[in-house]
Amino acid sequence: MIEMQNLSFGYSGNDPLLADMSLTLQPGSFHFLTGPSGAGKTTFLRLCYADLLPSAGRMTAFGQDVRGLSRDGIAGLRRRVGVVHQDTQFLDHLPVAENIALPLLVSGEQVDMPALGELLAWVQLSGHARAMPPELSGGERQRAALARAVIMSPDLILADEPTGNLDWDMSMRLLQLLIELNRSGKAVLIATHDLNLIRAAKQQVQARVLRIAGKRLQLAGADL
Amino acid sequence: MKKADLKSLDLATLWRGLTRPDPAGTDRVVPPTGFTAQLTVFSAAAMAFLAVFALALALATGRLAERWSTELAQTVTVRISAPEDQIDEQTVTVMEALKTTPGIVEARLLPDDEVEKLLEPWFGPDVPVEALPVPRLIEITEATEGFDAEALRLRLQGEAPGAVLDDHTRWRQPLVSAANRLRVLGLVSLLLIGAASGAMITLAAKAALAANGQVIRVLRLIGARDITIATAFVRRFTRRAAMGAAGGTALGMGAIWALPSMDQAGSFLTGLGFQGWGWLWPLLIPPVAAAIGFGATRWAALKMLREVR
Repeated sequence: MIEMQNLSFGYSGNDPLLADMSLTLQPGSFHFLTGPSGAGKTTFLRLCYADLLPSAGRMTAFGQDVRGLSRDGIAGLRRRVGVVHQDTQFLDHLPVAENIALPLLVSGEQVDMPALGELLAWVQLSGHARAMPPELSGGERQRAALARAVIMSPDLILADEPTGNLDWDMSMRLLQLLIELNRSGKAVLIATHDLNLIRAAKQQVQARVLRIAGKRLQLAGADL
Repeated sequence: MKKADLKSLDLATLWRGLTRPDPAGTDRVVPPTGFTAQLTVFSAAAMAFLAVFALALALATGRLAERWSTELAQTVTVRISAPEDQIDEQTVTVMEALKTTPGIVEARLLPDDEVEKLLEPWFGPDVPVEALPVPRLIEITEATEGFDAEALRLRLQGEAPGAVLDDHTRWRQPLVSAANRLRVLGLVSLLLIGAASGAMITLAAKAALAANGQVIRVLRLIGARDITIATAFVRRFTRRAAMGAAGGTALGMGAIWALPSMDQAGSFLTGLGFQGWGWLWPLLIPPVAAAIGFGATRWAALKMLREVR
């Protein structure tokens, strides 16, 4: 699905933030990405959805070299990758339900209202369908972001510190949703520095833990 | 952004996006911008109003220049004022001279009744032309290529000292020239109004795009294509430009229509306005304004989208 070979990336010319990374994300896999703040976790995720392009090495997404993708090609890639950020942005002038359905709207696809209702129920936001995004709490925003990320039924879900602003109970609820998605065949990659979250997940799914250290990607030990 | 991607935002695709109904409400992804919208509509209306006047001026001065030029070409005369015992002889001499002058098709001595009509405004009807020292008048019809007026004038001076060639050039030509310049100024004003409209809509579109940078980033993140994003903005600004221009054009046409007619104004305004089919010309202003809005917003949207991956 996503394949990186000796990939490097740097914001400035001679000083790469990430170097010599190789990784293959298989369909249905579950990965955590850890590392200290500033190690490049967010940058790594941005590379995965072609928000950034590698400085060196090769990366393919769904069989296509990301460097050769046109802007429409990148848009197509992003419809197959759902992204959840710690500070997910919404269109504040549209109600929550329309924000969640936004990927369908911009793709020119019909919104299946019963399916949207089910999705809202799944993330426990049925009562907030007509609410405006600024009215939502942190946990509700994250669940709305997750619903928006999965409405196009993507093959891969990327979550960047999705529980960073949430309390433990809310974090567990969100993790549960991500595990359910993984069980339905979606690949999941979560960037987090919350080891408790990783331990809780590993009790339920076969998750691999990757760590960025010294600019390189490593497989973390099983002792987490 | 690669050049190939820019081509995907071609005018035909955008035009389809603009003219196709939007039942899904894709335009709603762009937040409403009340004040900017009102300003855009008002500016487009004001520009269209001015464009109607510039167009009226250009058309009116064009007609004026054409009329004067035609009259100029038609009203070349030779006036013979000589003592009574010489006037017949000089008239014959002038007629002979005119017949042999290249560029003159016909020379016609005006009969007394026509001269009488010419004098009627000054002396009233029943002028005793034969009793007055009225000069003889010869009307000249020019060939297309015209004749050498200066050479003829010199020749007449030598052969018939009482003959004066009056081709009206001296006083009409500057007027024709001024009318032509006014027409050019009117057309230049139209171009400037168009350019100013484009600049104004570009600024408004850029402001709207910059204010919606976050919206654009969100849309790109969830997989929106450039064409989808650009169309939402372009459609909105094109409609505003067209609506404002339609209102401004209607007001402008109304104002022109309400101007005093040529007769009432005693020709003072020389018919500033539209005549006949000319009333159709200002109807082009709203579509042109829409096209300007379309082009300006497209350019601004592409420039903005280039900055967002």
